[in-house]
Amino acid sequence: MKSDVLIIGAGGAGLSAALAAHEAGAKVRILTKNYPTRSQTSMAQGGINAALGNAGEDSVEAHIANTLKSAAGLANEEAVRFMCEAAPEAIAWLDNIGVCFSRTEEGKIAQRTLGGASAPRACYAQDYTGLKILHTLYDQVLACGIEILSERYLLNIITNNDAHAKPYACGAAVLNIRTGEAEVYESASVIIATGGYARLYHKHSTNAVGSTGDGIAAAIRAGARLSDMEFVQFHPTALKNSSILISESARGAGGHLLNSKGERFVNELLPRDQVARAINEQIQSGEEVFLDIRHLGEAFIDRELPQERKLAKLYENVDPVHDLIPIKPVAHYTMGGIKVDNASQTKLKGLFAAGECANHKVHGANRLGGNSLLELVVFGKQAGQNAAAHAKKFEKPIDSAAALVSAENFINGVKYRFTNQIDFYQKREFTGNIFYNNAGIARDEMGLKAVLGAVRQMQKELPFMGVADKSKTYNTNLVEFIEFGNMLELSEIVLVCAISRNESRGAHYRTDIPHANDIAYKAHTITWKEDGVLCADFME
Amino acid sequence: MKITIKRYTSEPQIKEAFLEYEIALENPTLLEALTYIKTKLDASLSFASGCRSSVCGSCSMRVNQKEVLACAYKVQERDVVEPLNNVPVIRDLVVDMEKSYATLSHAKAWLANTKSECNVSQEEVHRNEVQSDCILCGSCYSACPVHAVNGDFLGPFALTRVWRYVSDAREEAEAEKIATIQTNGVWDCTLCNNCTLVCPQNISSKADIEKLRSVSARHGFMDPAFGSFGGFGGGFGFDGSPSF
Repeated sequence: MKSDVLIIGAGGAGLSAALAAHEAGAKVRILTKNYPTRSQTSMAQGGINAALGNAGEDSVEAHIANTLKSAAGLANEEAVRFMCEAAPEAIAWLDNIGVCFSRTEEGKIAQRTLGGASAPRACYAQDYTGLKILHTLYDQVLACGIEILSERYLLNIITNNDAHAKPYACGAAVLNIRTGEAEVYESASVIIATGGYARLYHKHSTNAVGSTGDGIAAAIRAGARLSDMEFVQFHPTALKNSSILISESARGAGGHLLNSKGERFVNELLPRDQVARAINEQIQSGEEVFLDIRHLGEAFIDRELPQERKLAKLYENVDPVHDLIPIKPVAHYTMGGIKVDNASQTKLKGLFAAGECANHKVHGANRLGGNSLLELVVFGKQAGQNAAAHAKKFEKPIDSAAALVSAENFINGVKYRFTNQIDFYQKREFTGNIFYNNAGIARDEMGLKAVLGAVRQMQKELPFMGVADKSKTYNTNLVEFIEFGNMLELSEIVLVCAISRNESRGAHYRTDIPHANDIAYKAHTITWKEDGVLCADFME
Repeated sequence: MKITIKRYTSEPQIKEAFLEYEIALENPTLLEALTYIKTKLDASLSFASGCRSSVCGSCSMRVNQKEVLACAYKVQERDVVEPLNNVPVIRDLVVDMEKSYATLSHAKAWLANTKSECNVSQEEVHRNEVQSDCILCGSCYSACPVHAVNGDFLGPFALTRVWRYVSDAREEAEAEKIATIQTNGVWDCTLCNNCTLVCPQNISSKADIEKLRSVSARHGFMDPAFGSFGGFGGGFGFDGSPSF
């Protein structure tokens, strides 16, 4: 059965979009490769920004100014203004549907200061902000009776051509992970809300294993454009051995960064790119780096940072109440994504995008902490409303027969034609390592080109990789291989963009050119495919 | 280090086996051990995982008969790893959560009518702070003995979520929420406390169910098992003499 709005991805953006489209009267269907509450959104801890002024003086203008400053010239002021002005209303909506925010003594929503913010602006729910927002959205989606199909893995966006040979999106082809069968879902509008691509860095990423950029890769294959893919945010403080995130709120609350000599070496509350680089320089010079929150006291840590304490004990065998926490910066959030206009629509008619997979030009070269949960809600709702409006006017025919055959052929081809002589798990780990070392916090042309060479070689070798497991039922070997294929596709794009941008800006730091060049590069890196060939250009 | 995993496949026909694996890792979490097996030893091993940090609820399974999150459990020599109980196994350690998650809809576990202009005090936040930490891993559902006899029981996590909204200062529709959980709900629980013992987030569904029972009583509902005695004057007189 055809839907009005098909949403791929069921994290914060996908569920916000679903609720908005449902409210606009659309028949909504959600597809996710997990279950909704298993999404990356569950991991967001620090908070969600809105200039409410509940914990100290603040203003929408200050929120805009902080966001633009952190973005290092690459944000669109109009888009930032839209998001920041919509923030108080977004929080009121979340409060209204029952998110359990922490509170001030007066019963208002509590707020704390995150890096780069001029005021305590991040509304939070202990250090479970993302978890509680995600679950509350999920509860509302159930209340509305919106259809959710779990464990469907996106293969491709379906496009048809109109009478003028102009393509439009009209559904998605997926792998039903449970049955192993290809399926197609027809829809008047499609929203991609599949999250980011920080797992390119494999074990050097805070992200869940599913952040493999499937939706972004499918979007560029379908004819959408991508924007600013070279900008990857490194979170300054992840546990050293496991890359598990220690929330920025630990520094916001007064945590210190120390080197092996016990010296502080950076202002901990600078934007993330600057703090991450300072830590990286220490590590490159042979120092170990630690987060110290001992002076905050056990009562405070248990009240405000309970997850951090539990995870540090489990993964590093240290108790933050008494010990230093060994840390390193790792890939955390990908600013780049599917290029959308101010209605969340992509270059491909009928295809919308929201959340980390999209680029609304609000984060620019470096995202401000607390703005990603905000983005999910504000632009998720916008995408949902606009996709519903598009569906109302949609009168074109949909033919998904060819897409189904193509998806079936693809699955069988990967399973039976790819020879599995090269172990892709090993290549996946290798890719993560060279990305972290050469395309990470600090980059230079030679290192980037070396990684690009390796990535293109692996793309050629893909037919010699493949899967050992040929079963139909719940074949995670197959899903992980297709994910790896998507990651290689995006790897090439990230590298081409990073090589083209001959300057340093925000999270893109070139050691060979350590300064910004506004005349040549104060522009967005746009990429697209023509007949399968990758094209790139800088555009306003 | 050796661990044993219960393998299950339905292709080409149903087959089950306990297979032993040698893990060449030092002090790994169970999730690290499973990932090691999948990427180095046997690519056909199926399990679900996500965040690695106990918030996504994907990697719940049983070790030596007890529910754990694989990412938060340190492997011990000779551990036996099995999928969750009370839910259909799809393959190996992967289970189908659809029916268990459907209990949330049956229990109407959401904020129904929001009070307008409602401030929430710090004290009121604490009433459901722990309950709203639930990650829907399904450990409690697996450990609950009632599911073995009543497949329609709403179960621990759904009832905890009902309490999470009933206790919410912003919820106006308390009566409606309470009425929804009278059948296959609060009174079917045996208060065995298994759910509390296995919850990775320190939630006690049993305690939440007890709280829901007292709210139910306040709304005039009573334990149907108690009611079936027929009230006073049924089988027993009050003069002390048996009526048989």
